[in-house]
Amino acid sequence: MKPAGARQPCPPRATASTPAQFQQAFVQALFDPGDPAGALAAQPGFAVYRNTVLGGCVDALQANYPVVAALVGRDWFRAAATDYARRRPPTDARLMVYGDDFGAFLAGLDRAADLPYLPAVARLERLWREAHLAADAPVLDARRLQTLAPDALHRVRLTPHPAARWQWFDDAPARSLWQAHQDADEARRTATLAALDWRAEGVLVTRPHASVRVAPAGRPACAFLAACAAGASLPDALAAAMAETDAEAFDPANLLGALLDAGALRGLDPV
Amino acid sequence: MPASQLAAGLGLKPEHFDAALACRRPGLWFELHPENYMADGGPRLAWLDALRAEHPLSLHSVSLSLAGSASPDPSQLARLVGLVRRVQPALVSEHLAWSRWQGAYLPDLLPFARTDAALATIARNIDIVQTALGRAIAIENPAHYLRLEGHAWDEVDFLAELARRTGCQLLLDVNNVAVSAHNLGGAPEEYLDRFPGHAVAEVHLAGHSLDAALGELLWIDSHDAAVAPAVWALYARLIARIGPRPTLIERDGKLPAFTELLQEQELAALVLCGHAANFAYKPEVLA
Repeated sequence: MKPAGARQPCPPRATASTPAQFQQAFVQALFDPGDPAGALAAQPGFAVYRNTVLGGCVDALQANYPVVAALVGRDWFRAAATDYARRRPPTDARLMVYGDDFGAFLAGLDRAADLPYLPAVARLERLWREAHLAADAPVLDARRLQTLAPDALHRVRLTPHPAARWQWFDDAPARSLWQAHQDADEARRTATLAALDWRAEGVLVTRPHASVRVAPAGRPACAFLAACAAGASLPDALAAAMAETDAEAFDPANLLGALLDAGALRGLDPV
Repeated sequence: MPASQLAAGLGLKPEHFDAALACRRPGLWFELHPENYMADGGPRLAWLDALRAEHPLSLHSVSLSLAGSASPDPSQLARLVGLVRRVQPALVSEHLAWSRWQGAYLPDLLPFARTDAALATIARNIDIVQTALGRAIAIENPAHYLRLEGHAWDEVDFLAELARRTGCQLLLDVNNVAVSAHNLGGAPEEYLDRFPGHAVAEVHLAGHSLDAALGELLWIDSHDAAVAPAVWALYARLIARIGPRPTLIERDGKLPAFTELLQEQELAALVLCGHAANFAYKPEVLA
């Protein structure tokens, strides 16, 4: 083994500082490429830590936002993710949850100004992740609703499943964009994207068992689930859903059937 | 299964879950980063439970920041306690490093000056973790890339003193010893020969690579290659001196087929079976 001292002439003065001061200077040098700490970053080995810390953050964002990364391309994504990591390093040691406000960060980026759909797709990917990691629970059995006496229907409330997430996107067909990127065939994916109907869309994300499911959801479904989550009775939640559409076109049985099939509901409790 | 009965194990990546679950090699065990399984529910925990039903497990934490000025993050520690209760791992380990600063988590194993003050802080943090878990944890020697001024303690003495003060165990990463000796100077044999064998609960073996910019000047503990012949030789020397210890092959990048990792696992198992004294690394064993 050869001594390495000759090529590393400027050891940082760890003795001149308390452990806390040393750590502060180290962190500053990690995140500031301008290197205010001088001696620390002067050693070639310092780049290993800088690359591992920033690279670890960027890799985590890429794993957590794969469709955003596919939409903008690798270099664009990694540059934006590096900016984000410098401004908002993880606070939770579980990198699988890193980047909860990455979508909002993208919305504020100048260079994302002509990509207005990015924050919506990021939001959808965040919902996917939340569903993936959420608590397990049995889904509501449709028969429990079907066997209730008609007057009892007025005195119950439904609770969303712990893995259920929903969102209405005014600005972009976020679900269609996301769905198109689940196709590994590039030619087919490109064709799907080219034919995309550019309109507002809602999404329902559920995980009744092991796998996350992503399905379209209308405004009524989103309003219904939001009301249920807020503790509304079944009639009140249905009224909230109906307010989002034509009263004549509204079919409560259809809405409930779709939510039950998707595994979006867990409980049925007295009001 | 008590940790002392573990032979050679493998660090496990999701790509190999199914093969790992089905593998019935005697003495095989698996090590995982608990951070990736700290979920409220869902497929990750379900898979962990399934694996635990078939194999002994080791939880190798990377985020408790034991060498940080602050105490371990209480939420993170609580999640680790929950996971340890759930899977009852044969081993629990963490690193001699820090990774948290003022609420930020820095995903790396960062260095510090080994002073009396650092020793007191780390001993306190190990105590907090061991008390919360109700069991000893093993502390791993890190790979080094920087020369820091102000070390009052040699690393082997520092780890031995931590074990004496806290009752913690030690996890000896032979590849880290080789990488650190190369990068900072020193003889890896000398480090290993002085290491307190009685405290070693686990040994790690991994591959390293050359720094992309500096090449041979700087070795990186990259876990993206097979264990190097020189590291196998150091391992055999260690086991000949201290006797068999649960030994893990770590592989995180450029993941080969599961069967290829099993060949390395088999080589470690051979050394553990008492072939250490006359062990000579032969690449054809891996062919």
